[in-house]
Amino acid sequence: MTATATDAAAPAPDQGPGPTLEEQPIVEYKNRRIPLKLAIIAAVWVLGWLLLRGKMTLSLPYAELNGFMNWLNDVSDKVGDWQQTNFFFHTVLGNIVTFINDVVAWLQKMLSTPPGARPTPEIGWLGVTAILGWVAFAVAGWRSTILVVVTLLLFNVLDIWTDGIDLLIVTGLSVLVSVAIGLPLGIWMARRKRVSAFFTPILDIMQTMPSFAYLAPLALFFGIGPACAIVITLIYALPPVARITEHAIHGVSESTVEASRSLGVTKGQLLRRVQLPMARRTIVVGINQCTLAALAMATVTALVNGPGLGQDVIQALQALNVGDAFVAGSGIVLAAIMLDRTTTAASERAERAARRGSGSTLAPRTRQLLLLGTAVVALVLAYLSHLYLWAAQWPDKATIGSDVSSWINDATNWVVNTFDVITSFVKNVVSYGLLNPLQSLFSNVPWWLMAAVLLSVAATLGGRRALAATAICGAIILGTGLWYDSMQTLAMTIVATVLTMVVAIVLGVAMGRSGRADLVVRPVLDTFQTIPSFVYLVPALALFGASRFTAIVAGVLYAFPVATKLVADGIRGVSETTLEATRSVGTTTWQTITKVQVPMARPGLILATNQGLLYVLSIVVIGGLVGAGSLGYFVVAGFSQQNLFGKGFAAAIAITAIGVMLDRIMRYAAARQE
Amino acid sequence: MTQPALQVQSLWKVFGPKAEKLVGTPDLELSRKELLAKSGHVIGVRDVSFDVAPGEVFVVMGLSGSGKSTLVRLITRLIEPTSGTVLLDGEDITAMNDDALRDIRRKKVSMVFQHFGLLPHRKVIDNVGFGLEVRGEDKAARRSRAQEMVDLVGLSGYETNYPDQLSGGMQQRVGLARALASNPDILMFDEPFSALDPLIRRDMQNEVVRLHEEVGKTMVFITHDLAEALKLGDRILIMRDGEIVQIGTPDQVVGAPADDYVRNFVSEVPKSHVLTLKWVCRPEVPGEQVSDRTLPSGTIIREAARAVLDAQGPVRVVDDNGQTVGIVDDEDILRVVVAEEESA
Ligand SMILES: Nc1ncnc2c1ncn2[C@@H]1O[C@H](COP(=O)(O)OP(=O)(O)O)[C@@H](O)[C@H]1O
Ligand SMILES: [Mg+2]
Repeated sequence: MTATATDAAAPAPDQGPGPTLEEQPIVEYKNRRIPLKLAIIAAVWVLGWLLLRGKMTLSLPYAELNGFMNWLNDVSDKVGDWQQTNFFFHTVLGNIVTFINDVVAWLQKMLSTPPGARPTPEIGWLGVTAILGWVAFAVAGWRSTILVVVTLLLFNVLDIWTDGIDLLIVTGLSVLVSVAIGLPLGIWMARRKRVSAFFTPILDIMQTMPSFAYLAPLALFFGIGPACAIVITLIYALPPVARITEHAIHGVSESTVEASRSLGVTKGQLLRRVQLPMARRTIVVGINQCTLAALAMATVTALVNGPGLGQDVIQALQALNVGDAFVAGSGIVLAAIMLDRTTTAASERAERAARRGSGSTLAPRTRQLLLLGTAVVALVLAYLSHLYLWAAQWPDKATIGSDVSSWINDATNWVVNTFDVITSFVKNVVSYGLLNPLQSLFSNVPWWLMAAVLLSVAATLGGRRALAATAICGAIILGTGLWYDSMQTLAMTIVATVLTMVVAIVLGVAMGRSGRADLVVRPVLDTFQTIPSFVYLVPALALFGASRFTAIVAGVLYAFPVATKLVADGIRGVSETTLEATRSVGTTTWQTITKVQVPMARPGLILATNQGLLYVLSIVVIGGLVGAGSLGYFVVAGFSQQNLFGKGFAAAIAITAIGVMLDRIMRYAAARQE
Repeated sequence: MTQPALQVQSLWKVFGPKAEKLVGTPDLELSRKELLAKSGHVIGVRDVSFDVAPGEVFVVMGLSGSGKSTLVRLITRLIEPTSGTVLLDGEDITAMNDDALRDIRRKKVSMVFQHFGLLPHRKVIDNVGFGLEVRGEDKAARRSRAQEMVDLVGLSGYETNYPDQLSGGMQQRVGLARALASNPDILMFDEPFSALDPLIRRDMQNEVVRLHEEVGKTMVFITHDLAEALKLGDRILIMRDGEIVQIGTPDQVVGAPADDYVRNFVSEVPKSHVLTLKWVCRPEVPGEQVSDRTLPSGTIIREAARAVLDAQGPVRVVDDNGQTVGIVDDEDILRVVVAEEESA
């Protein structure tokens, strides 16, 4: 890189203020008028800000409620009454809720929480460990057993057994129900086009709708607690099973299906002897995705009082106790790794079973005997742990949970004190240099000016359809009465997305250009992606204390893996021939990147930005827990404070509207590029 | 006259949303392109009729997209016909309910596919026995039958392998054994060897010839390769755009192509390898000096060449009953061979 000094400065103008900030890369050259239009909009906007600052901003003081929120509060009260009187609420929903809660309570009594009379659960840690280890052995192999055993021992050592197992109970139940419903649904969808056409959009919505959008309504219907947690988790975890099952059955070689039909198979024979065995591996991949989704969502449901480690994280975050949050967060990460590896190993085994030609070491008979024998051992251990305290109660002396917590607190203090200069500097640069001006620009102008800016930017970038979507979403935000807070959240989201994309492009370009970088970075990103969003708040909180910036850091941490991968794939997608041609005219590396690879990877970049944005938005909400303020705060507060229910609900609607609006603008902008 | 093994009568297949409604309308008179432009329907097979005699090898040939695969699938209703009838041993397939149809597929007709369509999660022996399993035969019976078939196609020793451990040619042998296992009356092949290397393809063609001699099944064989068609076919049906262009024996197709499409197809064929004396003999000129030798009219020219050239004067060509159909001399033979040289 020799001629880079001048070129390196070239992208700098992009960093200017205003809406051009992140939209610029999208529109660079297809339509030369767009930058001009955006510049005009920005100029009007800044001018309006200078003249009309602080007027008609629609800001609503913290405790104040508007008519809509009061109405929501009334609805909430009324539903509370209905739960006593109304047949549907009392009998139908009531019984479902009671049933789920009973199942969870029974499992807790058996595995995690001592029932009143006993000092330990019916099955102690040794038994639980043995049983889960055996399950891992049966579905995935002995390596997974080791992983499971180590994870559960660490639960004991970290003194998070009860909540760790509770998290696994919620996750496990949700996965079971997801598979029980999703698998037949996927098969049905694969067989009937009509069924598929009907359910596909529903599954899409279930999977992409931000969880906070349905957290509040479901809490209303199911009441807070395990039942609500499981229903919410189900909504998010079921789609992967159904869709991947459908996809897997469609993926079965057409000629094999035809050959089987030519032999006169019945539909049932085709399904059982041909399609399911051949689709098995892919279906297990679907179960892997379902499990990770379930774990992530089960953690978040701590907000509606779902049992498990999520609760510990929330409490610790709210008490600003980084050490405790770290311990609980580690438990979640351990659970994530354990579930991911075990289900992955299960899918590999399914692969081997599908093409048994190579791999399998044991004869089926031997394996059956082995499974039987180990099952007996596990049951004996379970029985021992029911009878004897030594097998049921982990010795207090052998736990280090609180020690770890205080070490981490000490270490955090040390780091914060020692590197305060650096962390404060970074925090202040972003806060004062980017976040404050932008938030002021977004929220401190008259609402109609900001609305006009949003609409004109949408129209410029995405045309009429983006304009329509923005108008609808804008009207919804206005209707919730949270315009001011929404604009603050929007500004924060944009800042976090820009930072995410900076990281993603730097890393993604490196990965896309170098196979070796990819080989090193990708597994790390994969691991990052298995970690539930909650956990990212912990390190951010440790370094930056409770602030808006903390939420932004957590958002970037959560969003950059997916964005980076998409960028890397986009860069790799640029054809080798084009690159060769470029090299042949003597471009520098930097020129190749900026003039060829990045522009040509544009669809990948847009997709990455879009995904990054949705991820960031989901953190911005739980960022309310660590002082991010704005909408996220209300969402979180709405679950704990009766009188803020309506405001929290309204905030959830506003956040969803923001998400949909940004998503549509980007999508239509991308479509216009084609 | 014996009952044909297979009778296809004015069979149609139109792909598209409202294909059934088109039957009997003038739209079906339109060419493929016109119909596609007008209503989005594609004609797969257009008004095809033919009979196949028991034990005959009937080859369907045409360029890719001419409707061969569709035609062969219509016969067992892997694709539902739009109209027309198919009679198998006099039984109307097109009128059958699902159960009866399944029974036909299990017992009477088997098929071999271009891409094999094997079950990757089953051993060779279980792939071969799959059809028997599907129709409910017990394990011992289907094992022994499958083993017989494995031996028949020369795969002994590979019974416990999985398909992905075999070469393409061997996989197709598994497909062949699977088709034979149910002991069907009719075997159907859809371009079974197109995915194979030329050398393997020749082996497999010989294999089919051998099997035909051994088991004597009726065969419907789809190919786009004229050499294959000529080598295997008792009769050849040539298709274009879903329609029959010509049906005839190999020498009829080569000697008297129905139109330019067929002529183009056969132009590369070494005629002396296919044509018989019948195609080159001429009436005897009165007073001509004819040798004593006679040759049957069905003799391939290449095989007759030596005898004709050695003979003193023209040779007499006789039919099956010993009646003279004409004579050939050196020049008649050389004309065919030289024309070949020139076109090559
Ligand atoms: N399911 C289908 N839907 C629509 N058109 C089809 C379908 N299957 C085949 N066709 C069309 O029918 C024609 C004949 O196809 P096919 O029978 O596969 O030809 P061949 O086997 O001779 O190559 C082709 O033009 C093909 O595009
Ligand atoms: Mg074909």
